[in-house]
Amino acid sequence: MISFKINGKATKVDVDPNTPLLWVIRDHLQLTGTKYGCGMAQCGACTVHLDGRAIRSCVTPVSLASGKQVTTIEGLAETTLGKTVQAAWQEVDVPQCGYCQSGQIMSATALLKENPHPSEAQISAAMDGNLCRCGTYNSIRSAILKAAEHQGGAK
Amino acid sequence: MKTTTAQNPSRRKFLKNSAALMSGLVIGFYLPMKNGRVFAAEEHPKQIYPPNAFIRIAADDSITVIVNKSEMGQGVYTSLPMLIAEELEADWNRIRVESAPVAAVYNHTGFGMQLTGGSSSIPSSWEQLRRVGASARILLIRAAAQQWGVPESECHAASSWVIHTKSGNKSSYGALADAAAKLPLPETVELKSPKDFKLIGKSIKRLDTPEKINGSAQFGLDVYLPGMLTVLIARSPVFGGKVKSFNDTEARKLPGVQGIYQVPTGIAVAATGFWPAKTARDLLEIEWDEGPGAALSTPKMRAEYLELAKKPGLVARNDGDAVQGFKQAHKSISAEYEVPYLAHAAMEPLNVVVDLNTDHCTIWTGTQAQTMDRASAAKTAGLKPEQVEIHTTFLGGGFGRRANPRSDFVIEAVQVAKVIGKPVKIVWTREDDTRGGNYRPMWADHIEAAIAKDGKPLAWKHTIVGQSIIADTPFEAFMVRNGIDATSVEGAATLPYVIPNLQVELHSPKNAVPVQWWRSVGHSHTAFVVETMIDELAHLAGKDPVAYRLGILPAASRYRGVLQLAAKNAGWGKKKLPANHAYGVAVHQSFDSYVAEIAEVSLGNGKIRVHRVVAAVDCGMVINPDGVRQQIEGAIVYGLSAALHGAITLENDRVVQSNFHDYVPLRFSEMPQIEVHIVESSEHPTGIGEPGTPPIAPAVANAVFKLTGKRLRRMPFDQETLA
Repeated sequence: MISFKINGKATKVDVDPNTPLLWVIRDHLQLTGTKYGCGMAQCGACTVHLDGRAIRSCVTPVSLASGKQVTTIEGLAETTLGKTVQAAWQEVDVPQCGYCQSGQIMSATALLKENPHPSEAQISAAMDGNLCRCGTYNSIRSAILKAAEHQGGAK
Repeated sequence: MKTTTAQNPSRRKFLKNSAALMSGLVIGFYLPMKNGRVFAAEEHPKQIYPPNAFIRIAADDSITVIVNKSEMGQGVYTSLPMLIAEELEADWNRIRVESAPVAAVYNHTGFGMQLTGGSSSIPSSWEQLRRVGASARILLIRAAAQQWGVPESECHAASSWVIHTKSGNKSSYGALADAAAKLPLPETVELKSPKDFKLIGKSIKRLDTPEKINGSAQFGLDVYLPGMLTVLIARSPVFGGKVKSFNDTEARKLPGVQGIYQVPTGIAVAATGFWPAKTARDLLEIEWDEGPGAALSTPKMRAEYLELAKKPGLVARNDGDAVQGFKQAHKSISAEYEVPYLAHAAMEPLNVVVDLNTDHCTIWTGTQAQTMDRASAAKTAGLKPEQVEIHTTFLGGGFGRRANPRSDFVIEAVQVAKVIGKPVKIVWTREDDTRGGNYRPMWADHIEAAIAKDGKPLAWKHTIVGQSIIADTPFEAFMVRNGIDATSVEGAATLPYVIPNLQVELHSPKNAVPVQWWRSVGHSHTAFVVETMIDELAHLAGKDPVAYRLGILPAASRYRGVLQLAAKNAGWGKKKLPANHAYGVAVHQSFDSYVAEIAEVSLGNGKIRVHRVVAAVDCGMVINPDGVRQQIEGAIVYGLSAALHGAITLENDRVVQSNFHDYVPLRFSEMPQIEVHIVESSEHPTGIGEPGTPPIAPAVANAVFKLTGKRLRRMPFDQETLA
């Protein structure tokens, strides 16, 4: 039995401790906003926060989440920053197919938490592990800059 | 356990009724285009479409638009409702969207089946959906006029209200919907003049954005049914291979594994979730019967293709006399080109959920091809098509892969469901998806071209070698003529430049690798070949590449407008670029839209860096300018991924690449700035999903030539040595 908090809620799962956190989130907890893209930390579609830091849940054994806080896209709006990032995404109208966007938003939020006013180069570096086949990268950059701006305004 | 939101019964009943009532009114018809592609550029002008199949107005004034095209990122869940809402005079803020079930009333107006592809959603719906909206508006006004006992001519509609102009009496659409639905369809429908458009032509935000940023949008992979098993399939490592024998002793011991079965495509592992299915699959020992084994390898195939490119093929176009033309040449050049197989690599790997019962089959999947998939599923299950229901979820990217003319992933899923007897979700891993074939074909080309003394092209002989995408599919009858697959030569046989002696020939060799349309289909390769060769001719003639193209395009050509618009906005020939940066240009027409792209490129340590792309597009009238911008940006990124990095190669019949580390899409740090400029037009709208892809590879290659003097004639470019 492995216990952790997901989106603020205490949860216990009875699974092989090597099971990637991604599949616990999707198959066991039925939180389907976190996506499977590659299974080897190449695309970022599975990005969630573990104690506030962005991780690739497809290569993170659930045992590493034991006793920790997991945040998925479904729980992101519970923080002011998360809300700000989602609002910026809405304002820029970022998604096309949308499949990668949960991961993009989770990576962007983790970036802004560590670095509230990232430069364009810092954005590129932080977002380079999140693939988008529809080509929304420039919209993502605009949304991150907007979120940084709004966050600054709220200070 | 969460269950999927299947349609509620009332909706299902409604659709069943409307489809039964109305399907007789709608006829599928094919309109072969000049280049052999089929879609309705001009739909039936007088057709009256039943509005209730597409619009549902509730008592609370919410309006549901039932969209008969698949949303794969291209924005149809916004742009198609805009067409209806414009004529309906609907309050845009109350519009919501549902995906259509499979029914004849939802057939593509050109293809005669439910299908999303060929950049045709807007052009094929432009008349139809505006007429749907206008018909509903007429009926709502009629219902109100009857209730008030006033002439219809004294009433008008605005923002989901019918208003009696004189008295100011008004009634909401929600209050009128029931009465309107009982009226017979109007006999004639007048459409608005474009000058009166309120929505069309404006950048409207996507209706699907809210659910795509909070994780609630449902993709195929997100469907969970009670008692459903997750199934992974071990498929043959060689195309066409079969299971000879297998040992599943170790795999069966894993907790969560519910069964292991031999199915036509391989060995299916059913488990309580993805992870036990995946780990059990890894433990299988399978001996494959690889068949005769063609020993397919990319270097060998390249050599064979290039050899074939020098031999006479089937003639796709023959103007003048190429042989005579070359005799009179002032200067001539020849070149060979090669492009590899490409996987679509949508972010969401393929997946299908099937719930199969004795007399009914329900399928949830992100498909672009509902009618074909339903027919294939029915045949596989031994049911009638009407007994198969398909729920089209959001597609995590399509790019053509999810419109498989052989219904490969759907047939396999039904085969598995038949064997297992429980609801199943078939999941393809990224590796399965990358190695699963159905690729953009590899192609080799040979071009010989000559210019006259004045520098203008005199003769052009282009030979293309590559597998036919259309052969052996249901489309063969109308897209292959005299052995020539229209998609193999599109963009080459339709070369727009004035060249008096022009010959295009085709070889279509066959092999075991399944091929399929990939964003922009044949154009994805022909634009690269012809637009780099035209650039070579400009150089040979000592002319500027933009001026040269303008000098050899016909006077009324729409290519000219986009070329000039891109050149103007890029500051072509005027703007001083940073040291070691250069511009390259290309222009191409596909799906009846014209796109010019100018790429600003530099080289660092032999690596190509694309800094900026200035694109100009002429796609006729524009529905949603921001949607056009998104599609052109996306198409450039898709084309640039292929130009710089993309290649599927074979060794000993096996696909070498497996995941994003060795089949590499463009990443964030490589993203150029992109500007999209739109030509103002009052022409019928044309395609926008694909036409941005073809020009980017040649634009970049032409810029690299400017920088290095080296011609790139082989994709991907990252395999070339550049100083």
